[in-house]
Amino acid sequence: MSTPIASFVVLSGILFAIGTAGVLVRRNALVIFMSVELQLNAVNLALVAFSRMHNELDGQILAFFSMVVAAAEVVVGLAIIVSVYRRRRTADVDAVSELRW
Amino acid sequence: MTADQIVFWVFAPVSIVSALLMLAQRNAVHAALFLIVNLFTLAVFFLLLDAPFLFAVQIIVYAGAIMVLFLFVIMLLGVDREEQLVEHLKGQRPLAVLLGAGLVAEIVVAVRAGIGFAERVPEGFGVVNEGGNPKALSEVLFRDYFLPFEVTSVLLIVAAVSAMVLAQRRARPVTRAEREAGVGGGRP
Repeated sequence: MSTPIASFVVLSGILFAIGTAGVLVRRNALVIFMSVELQLNAVNLALVAFSRMHNELDGQILAFFSMVVAAAEVVVGLAIIVSVYRRRRTADVDAVSELRW
Repeated sequence: MTADQIVFWVFAPVSIVSALLMLAQRNAVHAALFLIVNLFTLAVFFLLLDAPFLFAVQIIVYAGAIMVLFLFVIMLLGVDREEQLVEHLKGQRPLAVLLGAGLVAEIVVAVRAGIGFAERVPEGFGVVNEGGNPKALSEVLFRDYFLPFEVTSVLLIVAAVSAMVLAQRRARPVTRAEREAGVGGGRP
């Protein structure tokens, strides 16, 4: 393989930044959640790239664990969004403001 | 330019453009579809980086299971409602773009200082992947990372139970206002 490892890491950084901007900009709880998924995936790409760089498999194991944790996080997060929707009839994050100072 | 460089430079723009388009979609279903495109391109990068097992897991778990869950919830909440794209906070959007660009610049500088742009990957990953990537991965996973693996299974069970508890409908007593109005069968 002759692609420099830095190109993968920079790509992962760009995807992470796009995900961060998505979390900041969007109002729909579902789209915010998708942006968080994008961030998690960007970090996975960086982990696998570093694993390749150091000739070790530990990075791939860590990416694997982060996928499992992301799956659990999606399940709980979507259940919370559904139960908020039942109460408020909206998935807009601005509508949930009881705990706001 | 070798084959893997061509694959990288074809799929990297697809990845970035699909991520940007995901943010620009008004409809949540379209955003989910662009996210699926993005997850597939990431699977291709895993293949380039000699991780065929993660390539398969990425497609099955992410592009398959997790995105089906997302689409299911979007359909459950109603696909026809369009999101309000009007921003209430003043300056939120330019600031978010500015911070995103700053984050990218910071990462580029950090990568340049840390590993350098010219660093090629070392040879000899074939030795690490002896007997195939899934076999090598499972040896590391079940020997060095056995306890974390078991803890993860506990985490998954807790997540499944908590999702059921959170999403179930509870019958609640009928309030007096509802009884007087003659509506409400105890369903929230």
